[in-house]
Amino acid sequence: MTTQQIKQEIVAMNGDEAVALAVKQCDVDVVAAYPITPQTIIVEKFSEYVANGEVQTEFVCTESEHSAMTACLAAAATGARTFTASASAGLALMHEMLFVTSGSRAPVVMAVANRALSSPLNIHGDHSDSMAERDSGWIQIYVENAQEAYDSIIQAFRIAEDIEVSLPIIVGLDGFTISHTLERTDVLPEETVKKFVGERKFPMVLNHEGKTVPFKLDPENPMLMGPNVSPNYYFEFKRQQEEAMRNALKKIQEINTEYAKLSGRSYGNGLVDAYKLDDAEIAILVVGSTAGTLKVIVDQLRQEGVKAGLLRLRTFRPFPVEDLKNTLKNVKILAVMDKSMSPGSLGAAVFNEVRNALYDLKQRPTVVNYIFGLGGRDSSPRDLKRIYEDLIRLAKTGQTESVHYLGLRE
Amino acid sequence: MSSKEKTWKEISIAGVPSKSSIGFMTGDWKTYMPVRDLEKCTVCLTCVMFCPEGAIKYRPEMGKIEFDFSFCKGCGICANECPTKAITMKMPEE
Repeated sequence: MTTQQIKQEIVAMNGDEAVALAVKQCDVDVVAAYPITPQTIIVEKFSEYVANGEVQTEFVCTESEHSAMTACLAAAATGARTFTASASAGLALMHEMLFVTSGSRAPVVMAVANRALSSPLNIHGDHSDSMAERDSGWIQIYVENAQEAYDSIIQAFRIAEDIEVSLPIIVGLDGFTISHTLERTDVLPEETVKKFVGERKFPMVLNHEGKTVPFKLDPENPMLMGPNVSPNYYFEFKRQQEEAMRNALKKIQEINTEYAKLSGRSYGNGLVDAYKLDDAEIAILVVGSTAGTLKVIVDQLRQEGVKAGLLRLRTFRPFPVEDLKNTLKNVKILAVMDKSMSPGSLGAAVFNEVRNALYDLKQRPTVVNYIFGLGGRDSSPRDLKRIYEDLIRLAKTGQTESVHYLGLRE
Repeated sequence: MSSKEKTWKEISIAGVPSKSSIGFMTGDWKTYMPVRDLEKCTVCLTCVMFCPEGAIKYRPEMGKIEFDFSFCKGCGICANECPTKAITMKMPEE
């Protein structure tokens, strides 16, 4: 660690402000966005930087989120470093363009202040919005607090713009719980961040003139982007996106390590973040801010002699199958918490994928699902402790249903 | 799939075409084709301007127009616009 050499400033910020500050420090060329709660502060704060002349960014106020994402894609295609932010209905309105952006391999960075989807109308936090975009080809990282939101945005530009990845990325922060809650954050000097992120790099492609050129729109080296591709080639381009995701698995870890050397902060291996899991017999897997409360519960249970552990899934796409197998193989009973639901399915998104990943293990944990926190429903330490108590009971009886609803009046 | 088609490892990302579409012959599926009556044609070039595919070329050295059937889709706009009715649309067998 060389962190002593870099003096960091202590700033009180909420998650949205932390994201805006990170974007400011990353020397972003274009921000195109449309306001929506609970993301609003990000773009509001950033527009202040623009108005004050603190950044050289081209700030585009679009008429919708669909246009915001289209503008970001177009800007990224010309070689610009590009950022946007959205949530809930705004993200849903981007849906079509999310696929176009990932298919076009445009490394757009987007903060999503995770919020419930209508109807009924609800502005509070859950993961319904970005979980619904799981197949859109975007990398998805979910953070635990404002500090990680700041750090992850900085890392996100490096991940997305890596020439072996070249994919767009969502950094998800829990609406209100992170986006609007004031926290103590350590901030790197702007020059340090600029140096870490560096200039945008480009994969090389063969253009129609037979020249190998950087993948960007440039009048000197014209190329066609976003063409019609027939059945004889479309499939091949989709397979390339899968390969880029596999490359991202490696890059996210490398960048997490490199960033740790700079800042003194790392988040597990960048993909999964384990807490007292080594000898754990019962464990919870969770995404997002709830991990903070769960660590307190794990500490309490450990004092009571219960071998409880926690795994926070930081990277949901690409899905870190091997890391999950390695970290969870010795756990007896695992509860996967989902802050979204898929009506009609057996459990929600994270549960389905985690149980799927563990299926190939010869000896695998029993895995149950707890759907919680929908529409901003609070999960108190007492509620969360009840999951571990359920798991202890289950370990004795061996009987359970797969899917449970935490904090629901039944 | 034909064996000359490339694998996902051999092609540029994101569908960037590695060759110009000029070599992509798009006129092989027409039903009707334009046939020109040299007696009636005044080489006014109306058809050249109206062809949506740029498939009619003016050859000044020959004083004639020429159809490029590699790109002509057989839409019949030329025949419709020709002021002297010098172009008629016919099935290829006729």
